[in-house]
Amino acid sequence: MALLELRNVTKCYNSASTALSDVSFSVREGEFVSVIGPSGAGKSTMLRCINRMIEVTGGEIYFDGVIVSKLNKRDLRKLRTKIGMIFQHYNLVDRLTVIENVLHGRLGYKSTLAGVLGRYSQEEKGQAFRIIKFLGLNEQVYSRCDQLSGGQKQRVGIARALVQNPKMILCDEPIASLDPNASKIIMDHLRNVSTGMGITMIVNLHQVNVALKYSDRIIGVNKGKVVFDGSPAELTPERIYDIYGSESGDLIVDLGERNAS
Amino acid sequence: MQADIFIKRRNGGLLFFASLAILTAGSMIITEYDVLKGFTSIAGALIWGFSNFYPDAGSMQKLGDIMLKLRETVLMSIASTTVAAVFAILLALAGSRTTRMNNLFSVAARGIASVFRNIPLVAWAMVLMLAFSQSPLTGYLALFFGSLGFLARAFMETIDEVSNNSVEALQATGAGYFHIIFQAVLPSSMPQMISWLLYMIETNIRDATLVGILTGTGIGFSFELYYKSLNYHAASLVVILIVITVIVIESISNKIRRVIL
Ligand SMILES: Nc1ncnc2c1ncn2[C@@H]1O[C@H](COP(=O)(O)OP(=O)(O)OP(=O)(O)O)[C@@H](O)[C@H]1O
Ligand SMILES: [Mg+2]
Repeated sequence: MALLELRNVTKCYNSASTALSDVSFSVREGEFVSVIGPSGAGKSTMLRCINRMIEVTGGEIYFDGVIVSKLNKRDLRKLRTKIGMIFQHYNLVDRLTVIENVLHGRLGYKSTLAGVLGRYSQEEKGQAFRIIKFLGLNEQVYSRCDQLSGGQKQRVGIARALVQNPKMILCDEPIASLDPNASKIIMDHLRNVSTGMGITMIVNLHQVNVALKYSDRIIGVNKGKVVFDGSPAELTPERIYDIYGSESGDLIVDLGERNAS
Repeated sequence: MQADIFIKRRNGGLLFFASLAILTAGSMIITEYDVLKGFTSIAGALIWGFSNFYPDAGSMQKLGDIMLKLRETVLMSIASTTVAAVFAILLALAGSRTTRMNNLFSVAARGIASVFRNIPLVAWAMVLMLAFSQSPLTGYLALFFGSLGFLARAFMETIDEVSNNSVEALQATGAGYFHIIFQAVLPSSMPQMISWLLYMIETNIRDATLVGILTGTGIGFSFELYYKSLNYHAASLVVILIVITVIVIESISNKIRRVIL
């Protein structure tokens, strides 16, 4: 059964333009899905509609058996604990330490008082330390996040998502601010998390070659519409042209490199 | 097209300086302000100052009294500013785009802050004097209201500037409103807020002197007392001590800033 299903989802920010129109697809549990498309296509909007950081204008989103748009405030918080989120700019509290930022992932499970005071159980701390170690950050546990490199910050972002014990993680351009080396480390971690823990991944990407290398499935978006939905093998140069239009020249060169290697 | 922009820029600049010159000349003519006489009278004032306005041995006997009043003024400034800061944080949280609960509160909080900020301190002191007559409470409240408006505005901007990203991340984990305030907003904006608070204390110690003259309390009262009784030596001692106090406070707060920022 599908873990996530979008049915005819539409989003208009204002009457003039539609950011998403009639988007439908479903994602199976454990799948690694990349979403590609030109700038302004609606990738970020789509991701944020799934955990209702943005309210949809029309259509339905089903996640783990519930209709996302029908949830009240309390149930929405509960839903969000099951969905991690990773951002291009990491979105950490820079003045706090790594461990404090990671434990923020537990706040969704906490009462108001315990969360305000930052009281975490021994179990939660143990889990946070294990995840930090798994991501290779043990030396930075007590470092302030403004002292970390971009790649390290993104790993803190991943740790914060993992400590939620999510069923799915949404990543909005997780490697867009990173150099190729750090990008590879982050993508490898995301792939490992997906394969090893069975967590479903939806990753917005700008780089077609990265999407090809890591995904089980690729969704191409253009002007708010899904114009491609299939396996990496099915993503031919013609299909890339459908997604990116006239911008696709350079991308096809990338593709050539992949085929050559 | 390109050249057009440069010509437009230059013409804009010329227009600006021309208007400035006309405005300056116009206001000097209307107010009959004589630049030459203005500057020559500075020399006269300096000569008078050096021959009369300096502390002598006699004024040193008043040192104890003056110090007592000075302490009263400094403590009052600190007390009114810190209390104002607490209320300003509440206004700022309600008014900030990042942390507001709803639009109505936000508009109300911004309105209150704006009104308080735009009423000059002296006007506050005058109005409050009608209610509380000449008493320390009048000065305390005048400083409180003035600081409240300024700090609320400064805090609002700090919150919006500093915590936007991390607030989004915590919302996505399912954290509640108070979790987000205490775990993300306050930790990221606290150093900046403390810096504003210190600045406000410095300003208020200076302004407290003026308010003290009006309300007949604190160091301002001492100054007026000596000045009106033609004891210029003691009055000058008051001024010197105020200057020293402000410099000391300023250097202390600069030290604090260096540590926390
Ligand atoms: N808050 C907003 N208000 C109004 N319009 C918006 C808002 N956010 C996005 N849009 C518009 O919606 C469309 C889709 O934006 P979105 O950010 O989802 O694109 P994207 O595919 O993520 O682009 P990028 O690759 O540049 O991040 C764009 O045309 C954008 O201008
Ligand atoms: Mg985007």
